[in-house]
Amino acid sequence: MNTFIEQFPTVIEALNVGFLQTLKLFFVTLAGAIPLGLVISFGSMSRFKPLSYVTKLIVWVIRGTPLMLQLLIVFFLPSDLWGGGSTSRFIAASIAFIINYACYFSEIYRGGIQGVPVGQQEAGQVLGLSKTQIFFKVTLLQMIKRIVPPMSNEIITLVKDTSLAGTISMQELIWAGKAFLKGSQGISGQIWPLFFTGVYYLVFSAVLTLLFSRLEKKLSYFTV
Amino acid sequence: MARLEVKDIFKSFGKTEVLKGISFEMEGGVLAIIGSSGSGKTTLLRCLNFLETPTSGQIIVNGEKLFDSSVKEKFSDKQIRKKRLHFGLVFQQFNLFPQYNVIDNITLSPRLRAKTAKYYGRSKSEVLGEINLNAVKLLERVGLSDKATFYPCQLSGGQQQRVAIARALALEPDILCFDEPTSALDPELTGEVLRVIKGLKSKDSTMIVVTHEMDFAKNVADRVIFMADGVIEEAGTPQDIFDNPKSAKTRAFLQNSLENI
Repeated sequence: MNTFIEQFPTVIEALNVGFLQTLKLFFVTLAGAIPLGLVISFGSMSRFKPLSYVTKLIVWVIRGTPLMLQLLIVFFLPSDLWGGGSTSRFIAASIAFIINYACYFSEIYRGGIQGVPVGQQEAGQVLGLSKTQIFFKVTLLQMIKRIVPPMSNEIITLVKDTSLAGTISMQELIWAGKAFLKGSQGISGQIWPLFFTGVYYLVFSAVLTLLFSRLEKKLSYFTV
Repeated sequence: MARLEVKDIFKSFGKTEVLKGISFEMEGGVLAIIGSSGSGKTTLLRCLNFLETPTSGQIIVNGEKLFDSSVKEKFSDKQIRKKRLHFGLVFQQFNLFPQYNVIDNITLSPRLRAKTAKYYGRSKSEVLGEINLNAVKLLERVGLSDKATFYPCQLSGGQQQRVAIARALALEPDILCFDEPTSALDPELTGEVLRVIKGLKSKDSTMIVVTHEMDFAKNVADRVIFMADGVIEEAGTPQDIFDNPKSAKTRAFLQNSLENI
């Protein structure tokens, strides 16, 4: 017990560093994948068939292969591009995550956009609105309301998926926990730090769940 | 008062020909278009509002050729939007924007247009104030002054449709079209909407109403068109059509409508 109390501050400090990396990857992925997903969804809905086919093919490949494999390919295929440093591992992980999540988001967006009744768009048209105005002033908020539940699902999955970045030795939370198994900062053979990382994930996903339910509540003033 | 000339409008969807040469003229007043489902009434209204492009024909408003299939010109989105504004359209399903309250539904388009036009060189607050005031007056006209801050989901179908009418009027279209405005309503709510439409009738207004409400067509319209299978089977005054129909199809349609009642 005494050992545990002695080890606790060291472990927490190391886990905090790992969690910070996890958070960074999480937010960078969201910042990239949310807009990129919209571009991909427009591509897959395009009336220009070649564009729509190519986009659908990309989405199929990305959704049909493991994220871990994509991480390895992004990191190891252009091996000359990346040095071995932590920054390059982070960049490689970000790229793989952004592309992967953008493809998932794009399908959610597509469902959200196509779920808005065509009458809404037509009402915008007969009122003389441009296509851009119709999208931003009419469709967008209705689409957001529709996609909040599936997006919250996907985003909570992302919290846990960030641990895959450990595959290319990005020093995220699980990686930090695992280090105490092999030995780090004078502590070795300890499994509890690895188990303890679960608390971080749980707390973080609880915060996200709360935020999403607030957003849902905020949008509950209208029905679609 | 607006003058509308529709000349030889054809419209096909793939191999299905929905409109087979529709021609009519009107100058002010209320035109009721009746006919059974699938006769092309709604498609005709959608062509007038540029939601569909006719396969061929002409649409002329106040002497201005808005559509002419013989001129092979591709119009930009902006040009089509300008043409569209000659017409207003009230949909069967209201199509109010659920995320905006009543007043914002009515003012959305005028506000966006004013913004695009840089507030017509006047002060922004003055123009927006006018737009708001106009919306308030329109709400009064449709009898919903007390619902300005309500959201569509808080209104009955009849109230929603009255808001949709106010929204269409806010753009001051030359010709206001109604696509079966009461078909999605419970029977006890149709009266309030029909009364509002009747109330809009004036010496300056021009309206086209696609309707299944035979009493409305008979008592409010100045002219009635009966459509069947994509053509105008018969046209005339309400008395001509309802009291003295010449075509066998018109007679059969009216007979069925009466039987339904």
